[in-house]
Amino acid sequence: MPVSKYVITLCDGPSCMQKRSKQVKDVIKVELEKAGLADKVRVITSGCLGMCAKGLIMIVNPGYVIYGNVTEKDIPEIVEKHLLKKKPVARLLIEEDHLYNRFYRVFGDVNFFGKQMRIALRNCGIMDPENVDEYLALRGYEALAKVLTSMKPAEVAAEVKKAGLRGRGGAGFPTGLKWEFTAREKDPVKYLICNADEGDPGAFMDRSMIEGDPHTVIEGMIIGAYAIGAKEGFVYIRAEYPLAVKRLEKALADAKREGFLGDNILGSGFSFDIEIRLGAGAFVCGEETALIHSIEGSRGMPRPRPPFPAQSGLFGKPTVINNVETWANIPVIILDGADWFSSIGTEKSKGTKVFALAGKIKNTGLVEVPMGTTLRQIIYDIGGGIPNDKKFKAVQTGGPSGGCLPEKYLDTQIDYDSLAAAGSIMGSGGMIVIDEDSCMVNMAKFFLQFTQDESCGKCTPCREGTKRMLEILTRITEGKGVDGDIEKLERLGNMIKKSSLCGLGQSAPNPVLSTIKNFRVEYEEHIAAKKCRAGVCEGLVTYEINAKCVGCGACKRVCPTAAIAGSPKTVHVIDQAKCIKCGMCFKTCKFSAITKK
Amino acid sequence: MDKKMITIYIDDKPYQVAAGQTVMQAADKVGFRIPRLCYHPKLSIEGACRVCIVELEGARNFIASCAYPVADGMKIRTNTPELRSARRDIVELILDNHPMDCHTCERDSNCELQRLAYSMGIRKRHFEGEMKHYEKDVSGVAVIRDPNKCILCGRCVRMCSEIQKTSVLGYAHRGFKTVVMPAYNMPFRDSSCTACGQCINVCPTAAFLEKDYTQELFKKLNDKSILKVAQCAPSVRAAIGEAFNIEPGRTMEKQLAAAIRRLGFDYVFDTQFSADLTIMEEANEFLERLQGKGKLPMITSCSSAWMKCLEQYHPDLIDHISTCKSPMSMQSAMVKTYFADKIKRDPKEILSVAFMCCTAKKYEAARPELEVNGMRATDLVITTRELAWMIKSAGIDFLAIKGEEFDHPLGLSSGAGTIFGTTGGVMEAAIRTAYELATGETLLDIEIGAVRGLQGIKEGKVVMDGKEIRVAVAHGLGNAAELLDIARKDPNRYHFIEIMGCPGGCVGGGGQPYANSNSIPLDEECLMKRAEALYTLDRNKTIRRSHENPDIQRLYKEFLGRPGSPASHKLLHTHYKQHFPVGIIPESLKQQKPAEPANK
Amino acid sequence: MADTVVKTADPKMAELRKFMAEQKKTQYNDEASLIAILHKAQELYGYLSVEAMDEVAVTMKIPTAHIWGVATFYHYFCLTPKGKYVISVCLGTACYVKGADEIMSKIKDELKIKVGETTPDKLFTLQEARCLGACGIAPVMMINDKIYGTLTPKKVTEILNNYRKQG
Repeated sequence: MPVSKYVITLCDGPSCMQKRSKQVKDVIKVELEKAGLADKVRVITSGCLGMCAKGLIMIVNPGYVIYGNVTEKDIPEIVEKHLLKKKPVARLLIEEDHLYNRFYRVFGDVNFFGKQMRIALRNCGIMDPENVDEYLALRGYEALAKVLTSMKPAEVAAEVKKAGLRGRGGAGFPTGLKWEFTAREKDPVKYLICNADEGDPGAFMDRSMIEGDPHTVIEGMIIGAYAIGAKEGFVYIRAEYPLAVKRLEKALADAKREGFLGDNILGSGFSFDIEIRLGAGAFVCGEETALIHSIEGSRGMPRPRPPFPAQSGLFGKPTVINNVETWANIPVIILDGADWFSSIGTEKSKGTKVFALAGKIKNTGLVEVPMGTTLRQIIYDIGGGIPNDKKFKAVQTGGPSGGCLPEKYLDTQIDYDSLAAAGSIMGSGGMIVIDEDSCMVNMAKFFLQFTQDESCGKCTPCREGTKRMLEILTRITEGKGVDGDIEKLERLGNMIKKSSLCGLGQSAPNPVLSTIKNFRVEYEEHIAAKKCRAGVCEGLVTYEINAKCVGCGACKRVCPTAAIAGSPKTVHVIDQAKCIKCGMCFKTCKFSAITKK
Repeated sequence: MDKKMITIYIDDKPYQVAAGQTVMQAADKVGFRIPRLCYHPKLSIEGACRVCIVELEGARNFIASCAYPVADGMKIRTNTPELRSARRDIVELILDNHPMDCHTCERDSNCELQRLAYSMGIRKRHFEGEMKHYEKDVSGVAVIRDPNKCILCGRCVRMCSEIQKTSVLGYAHRGFKTVVMPAYNMPFRDSSCTACGQCINVCPTAAFLEKDYTQELFKKLNDKSILKVAQCAPSVRAAIGEAFNIEPGRTMEKQLAAAIRRLGFDYVFDTQFSADLTIMEEANEFLERLQGKGKLPMITSCSSAWMKCLEQYHPDLIDHISTCKSPMSMQSAMVKTYFADKIKRDPKEILSVAFMCCTAKKYEAARPELEVNGMRATDLVITTRELAWMIKSAGIDFLAIKGEEFDHPLGLSSGAGTIFGTTGGVMEAAIRTAYELATGETLLDIEIGAVRGLQGIKEGKVVMDGKEIRVAVAHGLGNAAELLDIARKDPNRYHFIEIMGCPGGCVGGGGQPYANSNSIPLDEECLMKRAEALYTLDRNKTIRRSHENPDIQRLYKEFLGRPGSPASHKLLHTHYKQHFPVGIIPESLKQQKPAEPANK
Repeated sequence: MADTVVKTADPKMAELRKFMAEQKKTQYNDEASLIAILHKAQELYGYLSVEAMDEVAVTMKIPTAHIWGVATFYHYFCLTPKGKYVISVCLGTACYVKGADEIMSKIKDELKIKVGETTPDKLFTLQEARCLGACGIAPVMMINDKIYGTLTPKKVTEILNNYRKQG
């Protein structure tokens, strides 16, 4: 294979795909051909690079030059100036301070530079996920070789335990300990599962990791299997992620062909194989006992624990379940050692954590930061703050199981215990920034709607209780809240938390309880003053016409209840008694003459 | 199991309990009764209702005591204010999604949910909101389903799949919209439901009920133009007392005859009479088969749920099934022929009513192949529960009533007929007669212990005429399937198999009285007591063998000729055929593709 | 319904049977392959028909009530035939914050159907999606495999009209 002088990485995450990544790739090939560079430049595509807002993203290596907003028209210029004349195209460069820019510059001697640090995502975006050779070039499967040739299974588990790695799926159980529990069981048949059933709304870490670097996850699993003595493993992945499934299938086939998977791995005598299992759209299957039932072909309903899966899991056998990010951390821990890994992070939370940063924030995408980074650093330094000069209101972490933290918690460090102490959770890594335009009651309703919809229906508190909480929230947002509703929400919420069967139910009230705790006054306003300060809850909004009205009559024509009166070219008036608050006038007015209160 | 004793603390007091059990089991043994709902000792642990939560020191959340294992030194609290409030709210949440029609509900004052709500002290509702609303399924002839009353404890689902292994019922949809239903939400009539009625037995509310024919019966009892004839199954007398708060195990045979007469029946007969008749036919059929006329092992056919189960799931064994009708259908056939002749009454003017411990008999009575001379043989089937209600509703003082006898000529029975009501009874009764028919000698040791008791599958043997006859007994459709698999693998293992569709046999039938506040549905002790009541009746009779019943002898002499005669074949025997279920379809059925469309 | 055990010449059914035969060989037990089989059936037919579920019950010896329970539990499984274009509106948090509900109500208005329904002309099926992972261009929707981002109600009308023209 001729040595490539340049490597162009094109992002083909969903956002970039929409920005014509496929077409751009074709144009690049044509242009390279024209310039006679076809054998000197390699073009690869990668999973989401996490800079969705600036798609289409293209990276040129060496030099770690990142271009944003790339279109077909820009290609000849990039080829001409950058590849031939070695001068980056300045107008397309993504600004110097961008987190990814910084990351790429420090990669290779992973260190504390910058606010980000990539361990789980270390290869995402810089290698072709469909090419096992590239993974091998990046020390791929070295950790596996090390484990098989120089470590006993118990030593592997001990190393992971020493590293202080805790489950990245949400609960934060020490991974090494989980492995030791499973390894200790006498049953000779054990299973291992990678939970890739990423169901949190607003989270796409697992998908990006599998799409961008499937081999790391696979390698992590093989090492885990060796440590606990499993011969069979499963990746339980959402059917909604076809690209991730495809890449995983390819990677598994490649790993098998290369002898990293299957019988007698690397001649060690150790055998292990991995099977893909598609989920079918049930958030509750993220809960480990529900996931097990799903793999067994049943309704994904959890069962009481104990026994824990480590004792009796899949098909009644001892089973280890970890999520994608947890597995992705394993090879690095083995390669660079527990001491190195545990030097990163805080006292009780080691290593890094990947977040999917989204919502009202300038830079949305995936970020990986060392534990101990503050929320403020992520939101302002990495995320670039809130767009359109809006005011920060809250940050929601942990998805529908987490809580909303207001400004006073911005200096909270990211780790399992600090977030829990602040009233939220780490969760699997969703991070949604909320600005003053969002109503916290409505936000709580949104999350509860989600969990209510995803409740499996097995236990009473979650099935019936979340429904009642949702009804109370709905009536509050419709202006029909009554005195005592907040107390009822708290009473139900606390009961559901303490009495539900599984983690979904136990955490379902969190968004409500945390917003009541931190934004109680908004609830009170909704109930007592019938007011939504963000102007979101339609039942509570009043529309008024202000002095900017030119009397065009557009609003009058769209009003379905004929609530607007006024002669042409005079300021119109809304009859509040007739107004049904549909908002049509507000959307129609071209003169900002209608105010929403 | 681990027999080690450990110490646990319940509400601060130490108790010595055996290791290896759950907190609930341990607490039960030291005088607590933690409130519960979805738990049933015979079924798997669901942990779903969360009513049995307790506080465990050191645990972040409450634990479900039905599922959590005891551990040495654990500290449990069962009545802290927070726990009481949570438990109360959980039950209220169930009530909030349950119709508020207790006064007009079939299970009023007999409802576990009602009792639970009372003990929680729910005096006010805090969380009322939208309630579920589904169509009631009244399509079945035996079992009806009202999903609105269902509280999703899942006992019926577990009963159907774990004990009966028919898996007709399952959960469908999820979350707040979860409903227990047959596949595709098909009407019960079309489903593979065997009508065993065990879902009714374990349901804490009125989500499952038998199809009610009491109003129709009350109306007909007032019709002077018809002759009202009743029959009463053995197990009804062993259990109906419980519906009047009498301890299980006391028989109400004579009170029953008196009460039924007071309801307005002209003749009150005993199904035990035709149990004897069944034995005559069945013993004869068995001996014929032993002589090579038909397949062995022969399998009994008295249980109607079992018959439907057989036709759907075990059609490969149809040739092994005794062609004898069930005692109920034999009795009705005799009522509309022999008896009608005797009293010179047009059989069309006779109303034949069967009081049964069974819901599936309602289904059986409607089977077209059981018609006699173009007439339905059994016009109405009323369960023990319905009968108890009718007695109360008609204002009959059941407990004070003076006992009366059953009427002739279809009311006299032997002890063999009595024990039909419990698992192993048919086998025992058949052996008593077959032995004598085969050997010409009287079997002296007539209590056959090997086929008694509640073990799922029982095996026994007798030597007849120098030949060893091996028999087996199973009760409950799940045990039946297991036994039949043994028989399939080893075709020469048994000569004769008795199968009853319900746990414990007819004493545990789907139409028996609900468990009261001190007991649980299908409690083994209760089933044993009912069975013992029948065994006692048998023991106290002078006639204990069917063929010694003088009325049976007279029936053959005057009307049928001999067992297996053309007349008895016409009136007392029937046939079975394969039905295609929508349910479990075993390997055996897959190979035999239907020659003709399934019978619907 | 139950009488459809008679083999048909349906090639899709033949493929489903073949798939099941493979599963029987490789899986831990028959039930463990149920979800994979239902995925396959839906892939072949576009939805789970009673006939297909009956066939699975017969071949895999799984009670129909159990199959029905699984088919109705998972949102990915569809029990009625879908339209030519399946619109999935992302209701993930990022999209929600950026006005996904407005997009959803616009589509409902345009097509005059509710979530989970199909238009009478069998052209469109509307469904909700959990985070499509395209948060950067929220709010988004997916029509079959194509993602549309940074939506506004006006854009929605244009997009739908384009599909209507294609028919």
